[in-house]
Amino acid sequence: MKILYFAWLRQRIGVGEEDIKAPEGVTDVRTLVEWLRQRGPKYTEALADIEAIRVAVNQEFGDMDTVLEGDEEIAFFPPMTGG
Amino acid sequence: MTIRVQRKDFDVGGELDALSAGNSNVGGVTSFTGLVRDIVGTSQSRGGTMTLEHYPGMTEKMLVEIDAEAQSRWPLEASLIIHRYGRLEPGDRIVLVATASAHRAAAFEACEFLIDWLKTKAPFWKLEETADGEANWVEAHDSDDRAAQRWNSNG
Repeated sequence: MKILYFAWLRQRIGVGEEDIKAPEGVTDVRTLVEWLRQRGPKYTEALADIEAIRVAVNQEFGDMDTVLEGDEEIAFFPPMTGG
Repeated sequence: MTIRVQRKDFDVGGELDALSAGNSNVGGVTSFTGLVRDIVGTSQSRGGTMTLEHYPGMTEKMLVEIDAEAQSRWPLEASLIIHRYGRLEPGDRIVLVATASAHRAAAFEACEFLIDWLKTKAPFWKLEETADGEANWVEAHDSDDRAAQRWNSNG
């Protein structure tokens, strides 16, 4: 799956985009976040407060319960501030 | 409908003229132009910058969805959303939303709806940097959420 990070999430994690192969236990956004948090302190810190983060799956807004098959484009970002 | 996400500036007058050109059903055009305010640092320094980041692909998709929602709610003859990204300075234009309709009520309401929904649903993020070198990601405002939500109850 392809994972994108925007705004302060991108800065804290240090990359804007990465291709990963998630382990079998990752079946939805919640389990993906839990797995990502264990990849290092930058991930742990950036993804610590899930209330402060929005997620999109294949460019549609999702939530912690959005089911993942493994080939999605998943983006994590703070609440939007355009306009 | 026209949707553009671009780095470069736009000409408001030219864009508004183009919106109604050749369409004599248009009785009124309403527009909103968003500008970069001066970003004052803690030492009262001026002359900061704003950098807009967005999610290429999803941004355009969301703007198309928001525009389609406006088209379904109001009898619009034409609509336009131009949103810039990249590094901007105080006074620079950020966004232009414009609507054209036979009568003013639809044009006013649809224009307000578009900017309200855009602020909370289009994936843009603003980074403010002061002349002192402080950098802050702009936080989303509850007032923007409320402005967007009021269109759900009376729409």
